[in-house]
Amino acid sequence: MYFININILCEKFHKVLAGKVLVFTLKSQIYPMPKNTAPVAYDSKIEGNVTFTKLDAAINWMRSNSLWPMPMGLACCGIELMATGASRFDISRFGMEVMRFSPRQSDVMIVAGTVTYKMALAVKRIYDQMAEPKWVIAMGACASSGGMYRSYAVLQGIDQLLPVDVYISGCPPRPEALLEGLMKLQKKIETEQSFVEQKKALLSEIS
Amino acid sequence: MKSHKPQSSQMNSTEAADDLRAKFDSGITSTINFRNEISIEIKLEQSFEILSYCKDNLGFDYLVDITAVDNMGKDPRYEVVYEIYSYQHGCHLRLKTGISESEREAISVVDLWPTANWHEREAYDMLGVTFKGHPDMRRILMWEGYPYYPLRKDFPLAGKASKMPDVAFSEPVPLDGGPFVTSPCSAPTDKREPRSREFLP
Ligand code: SF4
Repeated sequence: MYFININILCEKFHKVLAGKVLVFTLKSQIYPMPKNTAPVAYDSKIEGNVTFTKLDAAINWMRSNSLWPMPMGLACCGIELMATGASRFDISRFGMEVMRFSPRQSDVMIVAGTVTYKMALAVKRIYDQMAEPKWVIAMGACASSGGMYRSYAVLQGIDQLLPVDVYISGCPPRPEALLEGLMKLQKKIETEQSFVEQKKALLSEIS
Repeated sequence: MKSHKPQSSQMNSTEAADDLRAKFDSGITSTINFRNEISIEIKLEQSFEILSYCKDNLGFDYLVDITAVDNMGKDPRYEVVYEIYSYQHGCHLRLKTGISESEREAISVVDLWPTANWHEREAYDMLGVTFKGHPDMRRILMWEGYPYYPLRKDFPLAGKASKMPDVAFSEPVPLDGGPFVTSPCSAPTDKREPRSREFLP
């Protein structure tokens, strides 16, 4: 069994999980208790505050419920993206309302609109600036495939440059479709082996 | 457009054209009246002179648009079109001047109407016609260094491949039988929707 300071694990969930102890196992392997952690004696008062889970599940749960979008509004689809963020559709019901215009603070890039060749490398550059873990949604026909623009000026799908996780059809997709796409992405994140995949160095250090 | 209050010195497009013809007989090759839209074909050498007369003496204070046309196969191949409007008289006038393939240079009117700056850059970007005297003759829509002029008639609809490291690249697009066009008819929607020319009824 392994104990980890929840503040290090995910600062975003500090408030939710403050005061709770998270106990998890890695690949059903038993790790020694770190020396500087006092053993937890049985205390009936804290019993309800201890959650047993798998580390991947815990991380994925945190990540998928706090997706901060990077709004890459490039054309008309950007208007639907704005509508999704506004009161009628209310993207914050699913934990994605924190649109960040800085790539360094965002988790999922929503490419909403026509990607011209002139803009394409700028989009790629912004994607490269996003910190791991990161995901990409191609919103609408243009971002998915170039859409109606079979033209000298338009990139035929952002997947030629970025690894797209979810494609949303429509010209433009309705806000409900974008929300559905984001929920599909949440489902996808929940199946990831996040710890193993992204913390290889840390893993080899502690095993 | 809202018409302006009639003034005693009100002039219409026909009168403006007549005035121009009287003044610049040698600079004007023809006048076309199509549904009361007057187009005047002028010679390139005198285009600046004629346009500045339109602005200063005839009251055409507003440049609506400058654009260029590629009449491939004809001589001169290119045509630069000036669409001007007078707020004073409430009338339009269109002036056209031919640009030969070998020269491909028109005369800039940025000094007359500053708004010409971006219009001329667009004409240059899309058709490769330059404008003599333009203060900043760069591309405006495509990136600096894009090697083609995409609105020329000999440029393929699908585009061409190009590459500029760290700036942009372009690839020809898959047309898959396109372009998809509609044919005007009163048939039901499934017959009217856009389709490849190959399958047009
Ligand atoms: S998919 Fe349609 S609505 Fe969206 S950017 Fe393209 S043209 Fe606009």
